[in-house]
Amino acid sequence: MEELKNTIAGKFPKATFDETDGLQVVIDDAHWHDLALWLRDAKGFDYLIAVVGQDWPEAYGCVYYLTNTFTHVILSVKVTAASRENPMLHSVSDLWANANLNEREVYDFYGIIFINHPDMRHLYLRNDWVGYPLRKDYNDDPSVNPVPTENEEAIDTTVAYIEAPDGTVTKEERVVFAPEDFVVNIGPQHPATHGVLRFRTALDGEYIKKIDLYLGYVHRGMEKLCESLAYPQMLHFADRLDYLSAQQNRHCFCLCIEKAMGLKVPRRAQVIRVIMDELMRINSHLLFAGTFCMDLGATTMLFYTFREREKILDIFEKTCGARMTFHYNVIGGVAQDLHPDFVKDVKALIPDLHKALKEYHKLFTGNVITHQRMIGVGKLSKADAISYGISGPSGRASGWSNDIRKTHPYSIYSELDFDEVVRTDGDSFGRWMVRMDEILQSIKIIEQLIDKIPEGEICAPVPKVIKLPVGHWFQQVEASRGAIGFYIESDGGVNPVRVKINSTCFPLAGVVDHLTRGTKIADLITIGGSLDYIVPDIDR
Amino acid sequence: MKKNKGVTIQGMPYDEWKDNEYIESLVEELKANGTNVVVGFFDKLINWGRANSLWPLTFGTSCCAIEFIALGAARYDMARFGWEVARASPRQADYIMVSGTIAHRMAPVLRRLYDQMAEPKYVIATGGCAVSGGPFRKSYHVVQGVDQIIPVDVYIPGCPPRPEAMIYGVMQLQRKIMVEKFFGGANRKEKIQKFLDEHPADSHGD
Repeated sequence: MEELKNTIAGKFPKATFDETDGLQVVIDDAHWHDLALWLRDAKGFDYLIAVVGQDWPEAYGCVYYLTNTFTHVILSVKVTAASRENPMLHSVSDLWANANLNEREVYDFYGIIFINHPDMRHLYLRNDWVGYPLRKDYNDDPSVNPVPTENEEAIDTTVAYIEAPDGTVTKEERVVFAPEDFVVNIGPQHPATHGVLRFRTALDGEYIKKIDLYLGYVHRGMEKLCESLAYPQMLHFADRLDYLSAQQNRHCFCLCIEKAMGLKVPRRAQVIRVIMDELMRINSHLLFAGTFCMDLGATTMLFYTFREREKILDIFEKTCGARMTFHYNVIGGVAQDLHPDFVKDVKALIPDLHKALKEYHKLFTGNVITHQRMIGVGKLSKADAISYGISGPSGRASGWSNDIRKTHPYSIYSELDFDEVVRTDGDSFGRWMVRMDEILQSIKIIEQLIDKIPEGEICAPVPKVIKLPVGHWFQQVEASRGAIGFYIESDGGVNPVRVKINSTCFPLAGVVDHLTRGTKIADLITIGGSLDYIVPDIDR
Repeated sequence: MKKNKGVTIQGMPYDEWKDNEYIESLVEELKANGTNVVVGFFDKLINWGRANSLWPLTFGTSCCAIEFIALGAARYDMARFGWEVARASPRQADYIMVSGTIAHRMAPVLRRLYDQMAEPKYVIATGGCAVSGGPFRKSYHVVQGVDQIIPVDVYIPGCPPRPEAMIYGVMQLQRKIMVEKFFGGANRKEKIQKFLDEHPADSHGD
């Protein structure tokens, strides 16, 4: 780390450094693109984890979180725009593919224009939206942006801000769909999009030429809401993000706050959290199996997987008191102690799961139709998986070993014996198999812990009013669909200045266009289903 | 026929229902207009059929939708009540179960789906978000209850409501349908028309 810092300081004398939470390089916009290019090519920072837009009192800007997929070093770069009236930054969408959507998100929320970005359009909000909602001076009077009653006009063009060699920036119009393109609208209300996602799809006969993604149909503005809430109050948003990773999301949010407070969580709470996380992962993958098979026409499978899922929900319900939004992790530990039947119930569940998995494989995995619809469909190479930031089971199916439990072990994962499931197929079948095998690994983790839940406190003593010191923190946890990240910036008060939820499913939606080009429209269903995105997690 | 049996379905005792006053006031209101003997008989027959074969529109935006899937799976099995034929097309659906948050961008889409449904149609607002905006009520991009966009017949609170609560909610809708006038009575339609006049939308365009 020190060496990296010195090299950057030598090469970019204008850069300054901040070491609150890992190494952060602070640089002005003029040198940012050069630094990014150098970091990627010379230092191997090939994976862009997150782009956090921010409205600092002095300027608008972004924090980019980068990592090297071999050494797993995380580096953040803070870039500020020179002008506050007309904020502009240089785009890095030419270096990392997932920067494209991430920068559009920042443009949508903060109005920062990215120079040389190919597509500067609204992503979440409608084209007629007034203002930029995450700016501190945003006018949130409902009469400014009332509930719309008119449908949106579909616009087939976009704009790009291109910089000439002499430094002047000109606005150019770009074409998304040409007049001769045959555009079919899929969604937002469509059973196969797994929620309210909208694709405008250009077709050539039965083949897909291009997909244009529309988000925001369930954008709930969580990040802005967090800014007016105290830390314990805003935890519940984590459960409603990706509701099939409710435990992991909330675990991550709590870990981030605990890291900032320097709080040590009791051992018993840590063990309980890990068991709950793994049960949640099994629950999520079971639901994936059911809905994915249903998308492919194997409707019966849903009833088989829900049979096992209900058993897990019963276990959760006994301890947490809810079937879906558990609110179980709290700052410092967990909310309630385990139900007396917990150990017995979990032990009874494990043989049932083994039996059920055999049944699923017999019913579905070996089926000829299954093979024909999945093998070779939606192939994603390892390099593309990294560039698009596809973490989690979908990335591991492409041969990219990215499990946060292995690369940056949190809680007690470093003591546990489990394998990271990595396959090299990269197609829909690989993504299916990775998830099925991960259920086995989750069972293995639970088996190691279930007899060894230590006695003791379930929650560390926490002050009644929680204030974080001045600074910023970023924490990642392996959720069911990939790496969830929480970024918190505090000015020392009871409310955060900025909370950024680095969603797991956002990159998954971003890769759909890349994966489906040239495939048949029926494969869009297979590919979308195998990526297993959850729309409220994309939209936040 | 026993006196004071009240409106009930599936053998659930009358006293175990909540909101009985509401249904009774609805019955009184209808009775006040008088009933034709022949039409009244057909009303009963048709409403019995309609109430026991309600087809929902699959419409889920967030967490509640997963509980709606659970409602269709074996344990809660809504097929027992005749609701299992979830349609993907609004043209074939009898009621829309709004399960999940409705964001600003979604609002005109929801209104269009409602307008595309064939009469008679019903709306159930499922979960805190659909009822009032729920935990996201203060957000800049969330509609504070679907009753700002479309007329709602039954509200099911919860975040998300348990499948049992959803079953109860749809059963309440069944009761409401059973006391309705299918022929002649314009009572319900007038109310809906009044709502739609007060909440105009350009959702027939495109």
